[in-house]
Amino acid sequence: MSFLEIRNLTATLSNGMPILRDVSLSVAAAEVRGLVGESGAGKSMIGKAILGILPRSVRITRGEIRLDGTDLLALPPAERRRRIGQSCALIPQDPLTALNPSRRVGPQITDRLVDILGWTRSNAEARARDLLAEVQIPEPERVMRSYPHELSGGMRQRILIASAFAAEPKLIVADEPTTALDVTVQKQILKLIAGMQARHGTALLFVTHDLGVVSKVCQRLSVLYAGMVVEDTDVRGFFSAPDHPYSRALLAATPVYTDPEASLTPVPEAVITAVRAEVAAADRRAGRG
Amino acid sequence: MIVLRALLSRLVMTAITLFGVAVIVFVTIRVVPGNPIAMMLPPGATPEDVANLTALYGLDKTIAEQFLIWGQGVLAGDFGTSITTRQPVLDLVLGRLPATLELSIMALVMAMLIGGVAALTGTRLRGTRTEGGIDIANGMALSVPDFLWGLILILLFGVLAPIFHISGRITPSLDLPFVTNFYLFESLLRLRFDLWADIVSHMFLPALALAIPLSAIIGQLLKQSLKETMHLDYITLARTKGYGENHIILREALRNAILPTLTLVGVQFTFLIGGTVIIERLFSYEGLGNMAIDAVINRDLPLIQGIVILFAVIFTGVNLIVDLTYALLNPRLRHA
Amino acid sequence: MLDGRSQIKRRAGLRLWLSAGWLVLLVLVALLAPMIAPKNPLEQDLFAGRLPPFWVSGADPSFLLGTDSLGRDVLSRILHGARLALTVALVSGLATCLVGATLGLMAGYLRGWVDVVISRLIDIWMAFPPVLFSILLIAVIGPGLGSIILAIVIIDWTRFARVVRAEAMAQGAMDYVASARIAGRGRLGIMLREILPNVLPTIVVLLTLEMGIAVIVEAILSFVNLSISTDDPTWGGMIAEGRASIHQAWWVLVFPLITLFFTVLSFSQLGEGLKDRFDPVLR
Repeated sequence: MSFLEIRNLTATLSNGMPILRDVSLSVAAAEVRGLVGESGAGKSMIGKAILGILPRSVRITRGEIRLDGTDLLALPPAERRRRIGQSCALIPQDPLTALNPSRRVGPQITDRLVDILGWTRSNAEARARDLLAEVQIPEPERVMRSYPHELSGGMRQRILIASAFAAEPKLIVADEPTTALDVTVQKQILKLIAGMQARHGTALLFVTHDLGVVSKVCQRLSVLYAGMVVEDTDVRGFFSAPDHPYSRALLAATPVYTDPEASLTPVPEAVITAVRAEVAAADRRAGRG
Repeated sequence: MIVLRALLSRLVMTAITLFGVAVIVFVTIRVVPGNPIAMMLPPGATPEDVANLTALYGLDKTIAEQFLIWGQGVLAGDFGTSITTRQPVLDLVLGRLPATLELSIMALVMAMLIGGVAALTGTRLRGTRTEGGIDIANGMALSVPDFLWGLILILLFGVLAPIFHISGRITPSLDLPFVTNFYLFESLLRLRFDLWADIVSHMFLPALALAIPLSAIIGQLLKQSLKETMHLDYITLARTKGYGENHIILREALRNAILPTLTLVGVQFTFLIGGTVIIERLFSYEGLGNMAIDAVINRDLPLIQGIVILFAVIFTGVNLIVDLTYALLNPRLRHA
Repeated sequence: MLDGRSQIKRRAGLRLWLSAGWLVLLVLVALLAPMIAPKNPLEQDLFAGRLPPFWVSGADPSFLLGTDSLGRDVLSRILHGARLALTVALVSGLATCLVGATLGLMAGYLRGWVDVVISRLIDIWMAFPPVLFSILLIAVIGPGLGSIILAIVIIDWTRFARVVRAEAMAQGAMDYVASARIAGRGRLGIMLREILPNVLPTIVVLLTLEMGIAVIVEAILSFVNLSISTDDPTWGGMIAEGRASIHQAWWVLVFPLITLFFTVLSFSQLGEGLKDRFDPVLR
């Protein structure tokens, strides 16, 4: 039994436009699943749906999100929020905007431990210090007393990672956590997340558009197109023999550092047409015409 | 260093502004037709008497000379003598200032409370009918100035349902032990809650009249600013931690949303203080503004000068304080 | 489909029409006052003093909204009062706009010492309590319609100057101004032909708001008994009398107050509605 089980998740905008089409995927305990697709494919929406932070304009019309066997969507809102806060966490995309500018860093790491999980303040602070040391932040004490604007972007991303692991969550959603960073910092952060995940045994849903990242950190992979999962496979299989034509095209479009010239093939028109037809067919099956 | 220089240049600007105000009011009131001296003498006074008294108040000199004399006095803390009451202007003005300050501050507190609650409720219930209702009420409150709200409040709570007093600052027949003119604060300090209640009952309607338009401004601005804040990433992150909407709005969003509102409240607070002039008149409240109107009607030149200068000092002072508070509250500036 | 935007638009539309409707009605009343007013607004009748409005017992139905302490017809005085209120609103609004917008445009586009002087003046003006300033001015210039209008212009030009200055500054930094300059347009030409049209919507909105403010200033000056003569029917004068006799004759205060309230509200809502109309984001 996987820790996270999404079944037939369907969501639309308030004007009826589909955002997610019958999405099913699972993340087992301590597993890292990649979620890839072009921008607008709905990959971030899945992460948001799990964490209960969908925009107000998006409505889930069907499906279940099971966390440890319990369907989150069937819970009353306050209970759902508490459940998510206790067992899930988010590593956000942009470290510059994801910390509250008017609060010191320390309380932003410990607040969940104290308020939601009922730890004592001193325990929570000790925990935060340990984690900051684990993400290789020098002088954790000083950093905890700082305001976000006093720290660099890389530091802030480390803090956000530490904060995500603070409550020993069962599942972490990483929403393009390296996209906003420099290439050099990207590698370190990626290594850091992978290391932390392995040590803490956390299940990780890694949302990204970068297949290179997926090949480094993920075990399994879901490919999304237009809110539909077109391929669900293990990473090794995907890179050696992708099943779906769209996946193959996506792979061909990914730059390979050793041979940049050869690798930059855009997704062919025919593949797009084919996959669009597939989406339309799924819509027809769902009875939306 | 930069902060210090900015502060210094602000102070210089403030001095220039105050000087300008002094010159304008000085010149303006001296082209008033009608000799104020003639008005204060009993009928039957000889032209010689008038000339003597005119010389006593220095009104026979040129305006430039008068300004110079007056300016020297002011720098020495002497604002001249009132023509009607023959008391030092400074004493008169400082005697009334506490009444106006108490009224303005009470109005400001009320405006922040009403506006704050409106903004928070509107944000909490965004997308509902309640939010629409709050928006409409805000629009109304903003469109109609304090003068009209004062009249409406007099009708509603002074006449229709007479809950509050509608004139004066305190019931005159009460035994008044005060040594300062800060009645509201002093009655509290003396634990005379009976007096305190009487004073509040007198101040409530004028303060509310002053507060209504400002509360709408605060409400609108704060709500707008909260709305923008609620979309930011750190708010989303806080949601995933398991916090409910109330905690998110109060503990995460409010502090950041307040800053832009605060700068505007400063300017608006000076408008509110300016509004005390007519509101005090309307409620026969014995403050600075009421005294100012009397001074204008009586052509009491030194007193008018003194009051206008004092108002200008308050206005520029409030703006200065707001800028400093803004710098203190904003962590980015504080640590810069 | 009813999304937020169309709802805002609809609400703004309703608000525009309601306030415009009230103001049109007021203009008609002001023009036709001598014809539609049931009584002579100046005629006193001490035997008919403080008669209540028609539905209260003891009323004389020929005085529809009752009489004041001197026996003058409240309704007729309100109708005639509209003339003064609208004259003040229109003339002082336009004059204030002309002075303020010109100075603001000059400060914002010409910059340099012109801007320094005008900005300093604005700062000095902002340090005056406006009501006290207007009372002071009327005391200096003497009462009368012309004085009121002059006082409003002197006090309120900064409202236009401040906003127009900022807008002109923003517009002046735009590329189209630079290209006009390259094309050989003079400074006056650029100000009037390039910048003014872009600032005009803001000016119209401010003008509408200013008219509402002018009505209030007139009422306040009448209230402290400095406006016109005490006999002439003004809303502010009626309100002053009503305030004094509030416990004996509430109607002397209530009816002019309601009229003033809706007039001020209409001007302001018209301004806000126009602002939304002009706002390219909402349009």
